[in-house]
Formats: sequence, structure tokens, C-alpha cells
Amino acid sequence: MSDETKPGLKSPLRRKLLMGMAALPAMSMLGRPAFADVPATSAVNTTGLAVTDSEVTVGILHSVTGTMAISETGSVEAEKLAIEQINAAGGVLGRKIKFIQEDGASDWPTFAEKAKKLLVNDKCAAVMGCWTSASRKAVLPVFEQYNGMLYYPTFYEGLEQSKNVIYTGQEATQQIIAGLDWVNKTKGAKSFYLLGSDYIWPRTSNKIARKHIENHLPGCKVVGEEYFPLGSTQFNSVINKIKLTKPDVIYAIIVGGSNVAFYKQLKAAGIDLSKQTLLTISVTEDEIDGIGGENIAGAYACMKYFQSLDNANNKAFVPAFKKMWGEKTVIGDVTQAAYLGPWLWKLTVEKAQSFDIDKIAAASPGVEFKGAPEGYVRIHENHHLWSKTRVGRAKADGQYELIYETADLVEPDPFPKGYQ
Amino acid sequence: MINSRFFNRSELLGFLALAVLLIVILPLSLDIFRLNLVAKYLTYAFVGIGLVLCWGYGGILSLGQGVFFGLGGYCMAMYLKLEASSVANTKIQSTPGIPDFMDWNQLTALPFFWKPFHSFPITLLAILLVPAFFALIIGAAMFKRRVGGVYFAIITQAIAAILTILIVGQQGYTGGINGITDLRTLHGWDIRTDHAKFILYFVEVVLLFGCIVAAQFIRLTKLGRILVAMREQEDRVRFSGYSVANFKIFAFCAAAVFAAIGGAMFTLEVGFMSPSFVGIVPSIEMVIYTAVGGRMSIFGAVWGALLVNFAKTSLSESFPQLWLFGLGALFIAVVLAFPNGLSGIWADHVQPRIDRLLSSRKSKSVAGMIADGAPAE
Repeated sequence: MSDETKPGLKSPLRRKLLMGMAALPAMSMLGRPAFADVPATSAVNTTGLAVTDSEVTVGILHSVTGTMAISETGSVEAEKLAIEQINAAGGVLGRKIKFIQEDGASDWPTFAEKAKKLLVNDKCAAVMGCWTSASRKAVLPVFEQYNGMLYYPTFYEGLEQSKNVIYTGQEATQQIIAGLDWVNKTKGAKSFYLLGSDYIWPRTSNKIARKHIENHLPGCKVVGEEYFPLGSTQFNSVINKIKLTKPDVIYAIIVGGSNVAFYKQLKAAGIDLSKQTLLTISVTEDEIDGIGGENIAGAYACMKYFQSLDNANNKAFVPAFKKMWGEKTVIGDVTQAAYLGPWLWKLTVEKAQSFDIDKIAAASPGVEFKGAPEGYVRIHENHHLWSKTRVGRAKADGQYELIYETADLVEPDPFPKGYQ
Repeated sequence: MINSRFFNRSELLGFLALAVLLIVILPLSLDIFRLNLVAKYLTYAFVGIGLVLCWGYGGILSLGQGVFFGLGGYCMAMYLKLEASSVANTKIQSTPGIPDFMDWNQLTALPFFWKPFHSFPITLLAILLVPAFFALIIGAAMFKRRVGGVYFAIITQAIAAILTILIVGQQGYTGGINGITDLRTLHGWDIRTDHAKFILYFVEVVLLFGCIVAAQFIRLTKLGRILVAMREQEDRVRFSGYSVANFKIFAFCAAAVFAAIGGAMFTLEVGFMSPSFVGIVPSIEMVIYTAVGGRMSIFGAVWGALLVNFAKTSLSESFPQLWLFGLGALFIAVVLAFPNGLSGIWADHVQPRIDRLLSSRKSKSVAGMIADGAPAE
């Protein structure tokens, strides 16, 4: 980096001249180049974060044990890859990123405890972490109290906005509205059967979906809406109801292990996903790994990223990820969003020319990341990302085939008017 | 009173050692973050003390103490949440003045059972009475019908599961799986500051010693002896004319109240409450703390809660990916090698040496003999 900014000093002739003509000032100049664009720590870190002249510490806070480990592992891997790539490219403001990893253990108070440790004990300049809404809700007061910065990767229900969080996944309206419009327009769908696991994200998402279907799609209606406890494996009764009501679209927001039972039972009950339209916003390539591609082939998913995306960024990202974590790994929507976290933080710090949390929070709106595997993203004033919404169709090999993407970036709207 | 001495010598020693550790050593040596963690661990000690009474002495194994821990915690959380949801704080909601999660679930008015929690005195009463009442119903339904042992344990587990599902399912009323979060002030006093955490720690330690004394009192009265007798030979006690069921109900209710106090303190220390402390897994963990500490010893339960949680934190900080295996190995080792837990190690290996050193007197206390008694189940 210093070579680019002070090319002249590299030239031997120039150096000789300088040394001969004015040895003392030149000595001081030669001493400086290495740090020429590395601003002094005292200038970029006024609040006592873990930033030294050569290093900056960030935290990684995900579950690597417990029921959520299977989902969160991909995020940890993506964040480590991003950090390694940033370090290879010279770090952040000339400082290498060092990370401290803590285990949230799929347990919300543990998340709060570890978040506090990362902020209070380790003085992390930023934390990449959390996955479930419950864990985010548990750490949010900690981040606000100790003024930390969290990069949160998961698509989630919205209804939240914090100075201390950057939401790198989509909030509910971004994921839902474009998908419903698409299925209404291209499939002529009029009747919808809403399904979900019983917690806040599926419930809020289905609420938004219902409002959109009933108020914004003429002639469309919801013919059923049902919820299942997390981890539930009995879907036969609802599958029977679906067979009776024959909805145009099954809209499924079932999470985790329940998915395996749901799609297998759908198939066993003779519902052929190549004929029956099923739209989900909760099944990424990671989940298909567990469900089995042959059980879900034909279903549509609406999110912002698929591993199969055909763009230059993604073509570099996927092999880099596989090289680091193994040929068999798959990359889902959230994994990609987690990869954005460290990069967005680096870009924001460089825009703010400071690691201070207040300055980063203020500088975040407008930060754009052109190297995102999903394409171009930009941070909105509300700390969510502008991003495109895409519909993919599951194939038997466990990958999605891109069917549709919005022409423009979709604006994040965590508190949607008329949908609450 | 039967006993002339409330604590025998070794218990007094244990009491003083714990007091010095909790009141002097830890506050002086730990920063506020670590002290707050200790406070969190100690909330489980309350549950442990209750389990010593009802499981160790009464022989009633409850695998559902999380229910009472949760009820106490939720009562406190409801009060704190209402205080945090003032009209001024919730202006952006469609219905200002109700907790945020209710607004997200289209509730437009505060449900009736939330209303009493506007009042601090009623909340304090509810923390003690709601779990006690709940335990009374469960206990009466079970023990009057002579349901005991493994069946009782299974039923308590089922209740823990049911309550979790209820809380998760009724998210408009309970906050669902996220729990009740973002709690700020207690009667106008900000509980999030370091100063508040420091004071709360001492409040909790005082409460803990209060519970220890109360449990010790119950142990030493005739009631405590009947509990032990029931554990060993339930039929003989019944044929001697005692109402076994009532004594069991009492022990179970007492354990529930201790757990609820722990739960309420947990909410204050950690700043939120969620169904993940109500279910089967946390309930079993609470039994494990007690087993590791020694289910026959009140102090053992406190040490068990402290040490297991400390091990949990430090192992998970050092080995984020492997720590669960280490913790599991620790449990297996303790249970296999020392069935009476840490207090058993103390009583079998350390205590005799101390006694020999101090050239012990002949007197051996009654309580000491009870503690030596073989476990029933």
C-alpha cells in the first residue's frame, strides 16, 4: 500500500540523491513510509478499543455447539474466510485483524454473557455474530449498553433497528413481497396456504405475507395458516388439509430439523413439487443438505443469494470458500451474508478513518460493497442492506437454479407501514 | 427446638468459608463483569438448596425445577418489562404503553394477568406465591395419589415441557421463544449499571444465606427427620400415623419457592428471561449441579452450582469447540468416582484429616449421621 502512495521513494536513484543531499531529513522520511497510510492509533481509536499499531481485535460469536451449531457453522467459516482475505489484502487501516471466537452454545443467556465478555474484557472493535432472533434479542441490550458493533447475518423478521447493529441479511419485507408478487404474476397464484414454525420470525413473516396477499394482490386469499413447535416432525394432518383445500401456493417457513420431516412427508403423501407450487423463505442450500435434494426438487425459494449465482464475485467466492473449508461444503444465503460482515466493517472503518463505534455507526449509511458474492450491496440509513431479491428452484443435486431476480435493489423497511 | 446447636462445627466452618469467599474474596478480586457471572451462577444455587431438601432429604427427585425457576423469573421480568414499556419509551408502536412483543403480535391492550405486575409489592408476593401455589397443585395431585419415584420425575419433566411449549406458543402474551428482553429499571433504579450489578450481587448473597439458614432450619426440625424417614421407609412413616403426602407437598413447595427466588434474581442479574430456562434441559442441569455438589449437603449444592458453572464458562472460553466434551467428562468422573459429590469428597477425605489435626472430641452430631446415610434412590 505504501508503495502505491509513495512510489518515488522506491527508486534507488532518488534514494541516493536524498541520502547524499540531506541525510537527516531523509532518514526520518525513510523511517516513515511503512506507516505513511497507517494513521496513529491514538487518532483512530479514542475510546479504548483493542486496537494497536499493528493489530485490531474483533469477536466472532456463534453457536458451535448445541442445536444451532449446524446452522451457524457456515457463518463462522464465512467470517473467518473474509477476515483471512482482508488480512491478505493488507488489513484494516493497516492493521491485521485478529479474532476471538466465543461459543454461544445455542443458549441465549450464554450469548449475552459472551457478548459482554467480548465487549468488556476483550474490547472488540466489532463482533460478527448471532443467528437466531432470540440470541440477537439477548445480546442487543449488551451492545447498546457497552456501545459495541454487531454484524448480524441472518434474514429475520424486522421490527428492529439499532445504532449498534448492522443487519447484513434481509429483513422480512425484502424477502417476502417480491417473492409473492412473482408467484402471483408468473404462476397466476390466487390461493395461499401459510405454514411456519412457531416463533417470531415465521409468525411475523406470515403476517406480512397475509397483509400483502389480502391488501395488495387483487383476488388473492389465504386459505389456511398453521404453526408447529420448533423441532416438530408430524406434518401429516396439515398435509391432508392441504390436499383438501388445494391451494395454488404452499408458503412454508419451517426451520431447522423439522424441514426434513416436512418435505419427506409431503413427498410420501404424493404431493409432487413439480406440479404443486411451494414457495419457501427458510430453506437454503444448507438445509437441503439435510432434507436431501430429491425430496425438495421443484420447490421455489425466495432469498437474496444462491450458491449457483453466476457473477464474477461469486465465481471467486465459492472456490475460495471450498478451498478453505472443503469441497463438500455448501454455501447458503446466511453464510454469504455472514461473509459480508467483516468486509462491510472494513469499508466502514476506512470511510470513517476511525475504529470508534460512534463514528462507524454514523459512517455506515451509504457504504457500498462491490465485491459481494450476491452482487452489489449498500447500507441503508436504517442499518439494513439494500439488496436484490431472487427466486430459485431447487434441483435434485441440492443446488438452486436462479429463476428470477428483482431488477433493482430492494429497499429495507424494518417497520413496514400497513403491514403491522 | 430439639437441637442445641444450629450448625455443628464442620457446618459452621463451611458457612464461614462460603461467607468469606462470597462477601470478601470474590468482590475484592473480581472485576464487575466476572462478579456478575458469579451472581448468575449463584442463582442456580438457590435451586440447588431446594433440591437438597426435596431430593436429598425427602427423596423426591424433581426434574422440573426449571418450571419454578422460570415462574419466579417471569414474574420479575413482567414487572421490569412493564416499567421499561412506558408510553414515552414505546412511542413508535401502534399501541404505546404495552410491551413491544405484544405490539408485534397485534395485541392492543395489556392482558389481564399482566396488570397486577404494575405493582412492585404484588410482584414480590407473586414471585413467592405463584410457584408455591403451582407446586401445591402438582404436589397435591401427585402425592395424594401416591405417585412417587421415577413416575414423579417423569411427570415433572412433562410439566417442564408443557410450560415451555405454552410460553413459546403464546408469544403475544409471553414474548415467545425470544423471552422477555430489554429490561432496564427496577422501581426506577437502573439495573444495567456496574454500580447496580455490584449492589444486586450483595442482595443476592444475603438472600442466599437467608435460604441456607431456612433450609438448615427445616432440616433440623422434626419435619426434616420425617423427610429422611420417609425417604428410607415411606410405609413405616405412613403406618406410624403421619400424612406422608402433606410432608412431601411441603418439601416440594419449599424447593419451588427457593427456585423461584433464584429465578427472580436471575432476571435481575442477566437482564432477561426466556423459555430456555424453563424446559427439560435446564431442569436436568440444575439437578446435575446438585449432584456434583452433593445432594445431601446444602453447602455442597452452592459449591456445585458455582464450580460447574465456572467450569462451563472457562472451558467454553478456552475451547469453544470442545468444551462440552470436557464438561461431560467432568460429570461422569464426579458421579462415578464420588457418588456423594464434592461434599462427599470433603466428608470422606478432607474432614477426617482436619478432625485428626484438631484432635477431635468424641461428640458426633446427629446431622453428621444423617449426612452419612445411604441414598435411597
